[in-house]
Amino acid sequence: MASLRSFLRSGKNAVSAVLRREFHGTPPAAVQVTVRDALNQALDEELERDERVFLLGEEVAQYDGAYKVSRGLWKKYGDKRIIDTPITEMGFAGIAVGAAMAGLRPICEFMTFNFSMQAIDQVINSAAKTYYMSAGLQPVPIVFRGPNGASAGVAAQHSQCFAAWYGHCPGLKVVSPWSAEDAKGLLKSAIRDDNPVVFLENELMYGVPFEMSEEAQSKDFLLPIGKAKIERQGNHVTLVSHSRMVSLCLDAAAVLAKEGIECEVINMRTIRPLDAEAIETSVMKTNHLITVEGGWPQFGVGAEILARIMEGKDFFICF
Amino acid sequence: IYRMMQTIRRMELKADQLYKQKIIRGFCHLYDGQEACAVGIETGINLSDHLITAYRAHGYTLTRGGTVREIMAELTGRRGGIAKGKGGSMHMYTKHFYGGNGIVGAQVPLGAGVALACKYLGNNEICVCLYGDGAANQGQIFETYNMASLWKLPCIFICENNKYGMGTSVERASTSTHYFKKGDFIPGLRMDGMDVLCVREATKFAAEHCRSGKGPILMELQTYRYHGHSMSDPGISYRTREEIQEVRSKSDPISMLKDRMLSNNMASVEELKEIDVEVRKEIEEAAQFATTDPEPPLEDLCN
Repeated sequence: MASLRSFLRSGKNAVSAVLRREFHGTPPAAVQVTVRDALNQALDEELERDERVFLLGEEVAQYDGAYKVSRGLWKKYGDKRIIDTPITEMGFAGIAVGAAMAGLRPICEFMTFNFSMQAIDQVINSAAKTYYMSAGLQPVPIVFRGPNGASAGVAAQHSQCFAAWYGHCPGLKVVSPWSAEDAKGLLKSAIRDDNPVVFLENELMYGVPFEMSEEAQSKDFLLPIGKAKIERQGNHVTLVSHSRMVSLCLDAAAVLAKEGIECEVINMRTIRPLDAEAIETSVMKTNHLITVEGGWPQFGVGAEILARIMEGKDFFICF
Repeated sequence: IYRMMQTIRRMELKADQLYKQKIIRGFCHLYDGQEACAVGIETGINLSDHLITAYRAHGYTLTRGGTVREIMAELTGRRGGIAKGKGGSMHMYTKHFYGGNGIVGAQVPLGAGVALACKYLGNNEICVCLYGDGAANQGQIFETYNMASLWKLPCIFICENNKYGMGTSVERASTSTHYFKKGDFIPGLRMDGMDVLCVREATKFAAEHCRSGKGPILMELQTYRYHGHSMSDPGISYRTREEIQEVRSKSDPISMLKDRMLSNNMASVEELKEIDVEVRKEIEEAAQFATTDPEPPLEDLCN
């Protein structure tokens, strides 16, 4: 009798669950989302949430974005909030910074960060330093975003990684997402941050799909800037990377696993402030460290990580 | 207006004195001679409007609401300074005054950005965006003219032409010294920047132009600075003492206003003298404060 009752109960539950599914459509679950779409979602949600947020850059409006990251936004928000600019980086970056000073929350897109060199004075001297120089009177809540680093055969002038360049400067936060969740959570955090944030995307990652948890799909999903993520646990060697190179590290880890070497892969997520603690903790465990990046080695991100580890309090304990 | 110009003049001269006593160090770009520009402009706009300029900014910090005390204490790098001692001569800020900018020309796109915010927020405010003859050939300024004009930003571009970009005269720096024309499609006015009432009226006109949605406008103020480019420049290697003397005797902005007021019976000699005395007192007290206030604590500096 008890078993019959429980069968009926579970049967009833199963039936009602089926009914529920039919009434409510898609069941809540993880979905596959490309980095591009994740960025698009983040932009859309933040534009909707705060009237002061707006996007400006070359081809962001009517072209739907040079890499289609801002697809559909101009149609939805119009000329006032999605602004196409002439090809004048120094000018429009300065205009974006000025707008931020006057109370708006601009997102300034560089078609690639190579072109940000034209405007780098505005990013560093006008945006990054102002909060300090004004003793806190004048915040600059701006996000500079765009693809960074190597792409597919675009030649030397279009392939530079600027993580080390911007990572050097106090007053800036520098973020470098890898996955779709990273892209969405970190871009939303960057837009809500009152500091100038340099958001380094990667063109080759735009089309890559990732599983996005239900939590990540929500409109309030934020990831903290300044915290790295362990993408793969391991005991033998620590691989530290950011952006596209995280994929490379995971691929390498898969190959090495066949030889019995278990890699711990750390996705930095943020370049500045650097999550040195996460890296130190990992190195204490594995005693081996390799940094993998798309930028040049001299004076680079990896060089800084190595310096920090070697200068860290735990370095000699490793031995 | 008279009091404000006199205050700027006395403050700058005091800064000169303190610099020579090594109480003020670093960069110090003095504004004496150009008072009619800052004061004329401010009287043509509202405090709720916005303004941004380059590094010769002490006069503007005052007209935009700063006190002599805070300005001088900032010059001496003390905690009572307008930027708590962390900004210095070139980086002073008040409400709706965005400095004080060190990089020549960089403030111009910033100013247009402020104007964009005004238009975006629909608050009927405008932005006055200043630069010098030396900056006028900067590429980013032309980039800004284009976008301001394209998007009809409520921005008054003002070129303070004091005839020298550091040590280079305008003739040696520009093919065309008609700075008011460089805005291409942006209408431009040129005027005597030593005449404070002229500057005021022109600013009012320009502000109205912007507020009515017609887009940006450009003003060129022909003015002069008595000091060299900065305190490290005696200012006589690229111009003659006679030239400086001539401007002082024939076109001094404060004297010109004074003569005008007296001859039109707008004030008596005694009244003006009284103002002079009050101003001197204010400057003295401010200098005292600036000299004795302590420096910011170390924790603040690395914060």
